[in-house]
Order: sequence, then C-alpha cells, then structure tokens
Amino acid sequence: MTVLRAVRLRKEYGRDAGLVRAVDEVDLEVRPGETVAVVGPSGCGKSTLLHLLGGLERPTGGEVHLDGRRLDRMSETQLSGVRRKSLGFVFQAFHLVDELTARENVELPALLAGVPSRTARRRASALLERVGLADRAGHLPAALSGGQRQRVAVARALIGRPLVVLADEPTGNLDSAATAAVLRLFGSLRAEGQTLVIVTHDSRIAATADRVITMRDGALAGETRLNGGGGGLGALAGLESS
Amino acid sequence: MSMLTLVARLARRDLRHRRAEAFLLLIAIAATTTTLTLGLAVRGVADRPWDRTRAATAGPDAVATGDRAASLTPLAHAPGVTASAGPYPALSAALGVRGIRVDASVQGRDTAPGAVDRPEVTAGSWARRGGAVIERAFAGALRVRPGEKITISGHRFRVAGIAVSAGRVPYPSSTPGLIWVTRADLRRIGAPTSQVMPLRLADPAAAPAFAAAHRGVRSWQDMGAYATAELHLVDSALLTGTWALALLGVACVAVLVGGRLADQTRRVGLLKAVGASPRFVAVVLLAEHVLLALAATAVGLLAGRAAAPLLVRPSSGLLPAGSPHLTVASALVVALVAVAVAGAATVYPAIRGARTSTVRALSGPTRAPRRSPWLIALSARLPVPFLLGVRVAARRPRRVILATASLALTVAMVVAAIALHGDIARKDARLAGPGFVPGADNPVTEQVSQVVLALTVALLALAAVNAVLIAWATSLDTQRFTSLARALGATPRQVTAGLSAAQLLPALGASLLGVPLGLAVYYAARTAGGAAGSILIPYARLPLVVPGTLLVVAALTALPIRVVCRRPVARVLAAD
Repeated sequence: MTVLRAVRLRKEYGRDAGLVRAVDEVDLEVRPGETVAVVGPSGCGKSTLLHLLGGLERPTGGEVHLDGRRLDRMSETQLSGVRRKSLGFVFQAFHLVDELTARENVELPALLAGVPSRTARRRASALLERVGLADRAGHLPAALSGGQRQRVAVARALIGRPLVVLADEPTGNLDSAATAAVLRLFGSLRAEGQTLVIVTHDSRIAATADRVITMRDGALAGETRLNGGGGGLGALAGLESS
Repeated sequence: MSMLTLVARLARRDLRHRRAEAFLLLIAIAATTTTLTLGLAVRGVADRPWDRTRAATAGPDAVATGDRAASLTPLAHAPGVTASAGPYPALSAALGVRGIRVDASVQGRDTAPGAVDRPEVTAGSWARRGGAVIERAFAGALRVRPGEKITISGHRFRVAGIAVSAGRVPYPSSTPGLIWVTRADLRRIGAPTSQVMPLRLADPAAAPAFAAAHRGVRSWQDMGAYATAELHLVDSALLTGTWALALLGVACVAVLVGGRLADQTRRVGLLKAVGASPRFVAVVLLAEHVLLALAATAVGLLAGRAAAPLLVRPSSGLLPAGSPHLTVASALVVALVAVAVAGAATVYPAIRGARTSTVRALSGPTRAPRRSPWLIALSARLPVPFLLGVRVAARRPRRVILATASLALTVAMVVAAIALHGDIARKDARLAGPGFVPGADNPVTEQVSQVVLALTVALLALAAVNAVLIAWATSLDTQRFTSLARALGATPRQVTAGLSAAQLLPALGASLLGVPLGLAVYYAARTAGGAAGSILIPYARLPLVVPGTLLVVAALTALPIRVVCRRPVARVLAAD
C-alpha cells in the first residue's frame, strides 16, 4: 500500500537544443508512515521532483498519485484542495510571512482551509508547544533564529494534519545546533508515523530516513534502505543497498 | 570614457531595459506638463475678448436704460460723464426667419455712428431703411446671413449686416437677442417701450459706483462678467483640472518609483560594488529621470499649445483676442515642474541607495511589510478572499493611502463633472422660452461642457494608468506571499479575488469619500467662477458612482493581477 506514488514522472524545460530534462522517468512509491530522503548533487532535480510530488509544478509526463488520486490530472483548484488537506510543505528558505507572528504563520493554512479562527489559533498554539516554541508564539520571524523559524515552518506544515509532509532542504540554511533541533523534530514526527519525503544534502537528515533515494541528472541513480529506520548518525554505518 | 559619457550610457541602457516603465513615467509626467501648459497659456485670456470688443466699438463705460428719453438725458450731464450717445428707442418684437419665431430686442439707431457704442459690422453693412443688423451671437444661433429676409413683428426686413457691440451682453447670456434698425424703421414697427443711453465716464474704473448711484444704469464691468462667463468658467475648470491632473501625475510617479525601488536598490548595490560613489549613483538616477522629464516637457508644451485654442473660444458676440500664447517663462516653468517631479522620483532611491550598504543593496531587500495586528486579527474571521485582501492591503498602508487619495481625487472630479453636466442640462432645459432660438445650442454651456469633458477624459486615463500601476506594484510586491498562500492551499481564484479585494477596499473608501469631495469641489469652483443662480445637481445619479468605480477598478486591475498570479508557485518560491 502506498500513500504517494510517482510513475515514469518527467519534467522538461526548454526545447530542441535547449531542452533540459530536470526529472527523467522517475518511479517512486512512499508507504504510509515512511520517511524517504532524496539526495543527490545540486541541480540533479531533487527539488523539482518534490514540487511535482506536491503539485506545485505540473509534470511534462508521467503520473503522480496521492492517496489514490491522480494529481497530474487535477485542475489548479483541485490541487489547492489537496495541498490544503493532504500535504504539508517545509522549505529551505522557511517562507514565513514576515509581518505575521509565529502563531499567525502556523494558523494561516488552517484559516485558508476555512477552519474557524479560534480553532485555528488553538491548533497553532498546540503545535508551537510541540515544536518547543510556545514562548515564541507572539514573535515575528525577524526575531527568531534560523532553527526556530524552521520549526515554525514545520508546525505550519502540520496544522492541516497532512498525509505527507514534503520538506525541501529543511536544514540547508541552518547551523549545527539548529540542524540538530530540526533533526530531533523530524525524528519525533517519524516516530509518530508521519509520512515524510525530505530532499536534503545533509547526511544526518538522510540517516534518519527509512529509505534514501539518490538522484543524478534527473533520474533515480539508486535506493538505499536503512536498517531499523533512522538511528541517527550511527545508522549511516548500516546502509543497505537495494 | 568620460564620466559624462558613462552616466549617459548607464542612464540610456536602464531606460531601454525598462521601456514600459519609462513610457508610463513619461505619460504621467506629460499629463502634468500638458495641463500645466494649458493653464499657463489660458491664464488671463478670459477678459481679453471683452476688452478688445470694447476698444474696437467705443464700448460704453455705463449703459442707462429708462422708460422715457427725458428721464435719461440729464445723465449726459451728470458728474463724471464725459460723453454719451442716444438715447436710442427700443422695443420688444417677434422676429421671424425660415419659420422660426423668437423674441428680439430692437433698437432704433442713427445711420451715422454715435460718440459712444459704435457696433462693429463684421459682415454686410450698417442699418439702413428696410435693412436690419443682427448681433453676431444672435445671428449665429439663428443661422442668418446678410441679404436674408426676416420679419420683425410682421414687417419685412432684409438682413443688412451682422455686428458686435460692447453696449449689451451678447446672446444668449442676455436675452432676447439684439437687432439694430433705423429710428424710422423702429417707429414703423411700433411705439418704443424703453430708451437706452450709452455713457462714457471720466473714470471707467468708477463705473460700478456710478451704476450704484443711478437707477437703471449698468457698468461695463458687470456686463463683461456676463459676456465672458464661459471663459471664466473654463479658466476655473482648467485650474481645478490642472491641480487634479498634477496630483494624479505625482501619484503615478510615486507608485512607479515605489514599484521599482527593489530593482533600483539592487542596481545601486551593483554600481557601488564596482566602485561607483553614492554621488555617481545619484547622478545616474537623476540623469535617467531628467531625460524623461525633458521629453515629457516637450510633449506637454506641444500638446498644451495645440489644445489651448480649442479650449478658449470666446462668445461669437465678442471679437477674438488671438490665440493663447506661451511665453519663454511659461515654458521654463513647465520644464522646471517636470524636472522637479522627476527629481522627487529620484531623491528617495538615491538617498536609500547611498545609505544602504553594498552587500545589503545587492541582496535587494524590499521594504519590510507593515504589521497591523488588529487587521490581521480581524481578517482571520473573514472569508479567504477578504482575509488575503485585507492582509495584502495592510502590508503597504502608504500605497493604500496613495491609491485611496488618487482614486478619491478622480471620483471627486467625475462627480464634479456630473454635477456640472446635470446643472447645465437642467438649466439648458429651462432656457426654452420666447427669448431663446428654438433648437439652437447654448454656446456658453457647450464650451464649458467640452472643456470639462476633455479634462475628465484626461483625468480618467491617468487614473486608469495609476490603478493598473498600483495593482501591478501590489501584485509584484505580494508575489511571494500569494505564492506561499497557494502552496499552503489557497486556490488561484481565492488569491486573485484576494488581490482584487486589496484594490477594491481602497476603491470603496475612495468612492465614498469622492462623492462629497466632488460636490465640494463643484460648489467651490462655481463660487470661484462667480456663477449666479441656484444649483441643480442630479443627486439621484451620484450614488451610482460607487458601484461604477468598483466595477472600473475591478476591470482595470484584473489583468495585472492575473498576469502575476499565473507565475508558477514553485518558481516564485525558489527565487528566494
């Protein structure tokens, strides 16, 4: 059983001699509760793959299935509904709204989904407490550290109780201490059975995954299943090639 | 390469790189320079036709009217009177021509001209036996020419000539229209009912005092005010319109500069990074805008000069005073204003660029959005499009104020135009009477309406450019926010509706504010123009201005919003 599936997924930019195949015939299956890390060199198509899986970009060819529904055939409005109810995004650049406080940022997707403001606020407060930022709920992003901003972004991704959280380089802009905090957070999400697809350069993040998918030139170059599913840094030693 | 060449090259390249923005900036400044040129060219022209007609016709300083000649003749010897003519007998009669019947005031004149008030014949010849002379504006309304047959109270006449005079206010500012016949012919028509005596005073400036001191006497100043009422109204309309257009032009420039600010800051960072001093950067920015200002000055001077004669046409009952002309000083004033507007557009980015560190400028920081906690809390309770709209608007309160002010100004001018139009139309409808030529246009109100229409069209065009610019700037500025909202689940329609709401909220405020403001402008302009009589404004039509404004703003802003909303979410977010 899969919650997220890509079949011969393809994304091309340009044409003729200038044609670039950012994602090239990628097949991928993600099971519920699984954490999948996508790794590879810069420009190999990791982020594009994540955008295609989340319906932020339309594929040139192939299929994307989320919980049995085909995203690649959906209209923009239908895709918005899917993003609202079934997906959560975490971006490398955090993408918090500057003029909103941490709590207001977290409650925003719920308000967009039509959740009453009081309920949205309650859920946002609970999530901020869960990511350890209850005391920072009233702070603007500018008053938060990088790690704190990313934890707010994770809380925001979770407010819609999504089937899958898609994270694009979540520690790419963070120092070691902040990375460790975000790592712990992803670890706890994984432990709770949250499905995660994480694009990353960070071997420590990859080490927390159940599976590591390697991309090169837009195509899948390999897949590695980790023993025991994410034992932190030590788990890297137990990589098992498929 | 000399420094000057380098500055010119950088300025030219940047303008070519941003042609659309440069073109819009040119239009905004040109609209201001055109109206300023018009205002300067037309200023002081209003009184000239009356003065020239007075000079050419030995116009009286005062005109006495009475029942009997005997009651007027002592005035010829009154203190301060240096010359007089007449008294001329006069009566009211029915004029008939080509099936048209209209009342006329007929004066019996000598065949030889008097010392005062010698009407100037502009076509045909002076009154002779069986030949009548018709006042030129009256003749124009009747469309009669010398040689044509007419009847006066059933007596047959031929039109001997057409003349202008400063002894009476021309038709239709004064009714009924004036006809001159010989004294003998007047007696043939009927017994005179009044007498008219033009007077020359030692001190023409004292004519109002003389008129106040003697019953039935009217001063030349009083008659002049009526004779040139349309030109004075045109003057007031142009003055008000020039101010409105200038303010809108400045608003357009402010929006354009604000929209370019992020780009400009980044460009300043680049120039500084390669060794340019803050002063050099400011000079490059100034050069760009001065080039545009000079081009706009040329456009404004040419357009204003071409349009001025069309806007200033005195009553045909007066002699033309020549085309409005522009002095070198006026042209310099126009150029200075254009450069000042362009300079104002340069100062902020130049100072900002000079003050910002190179590294920060290179990263192209836009101004941080404003936070309005109460609006954020309020919007959380609103449907999604309004939630987004309120939050988008709240991010840039200064832009909202600018949008509201410029729209309120436009709405006010439209309301003033509607009020004027309604006022004129109702008054024209009242002008159907025996003293008015049936079916003839009212040249007084017609000219004012044309000027107001031209100004309103210019104002609406500039306001449309402004609305599009504000929507474009808002959409670009909030691109990241709206893309994020879409990534978090807002539908494209919700985002588009939200951005539209951000434009419509100030539009609503502006239209509600603009209606009373427009009425106030109309009352003020009317008072300043010295218009007499009651005001007949079509109040029932004014509430339609509010939905009308909202519809127009929604339609105008739809395109820039759609263009920006179509950009792929992933690409916008990846750009950060």
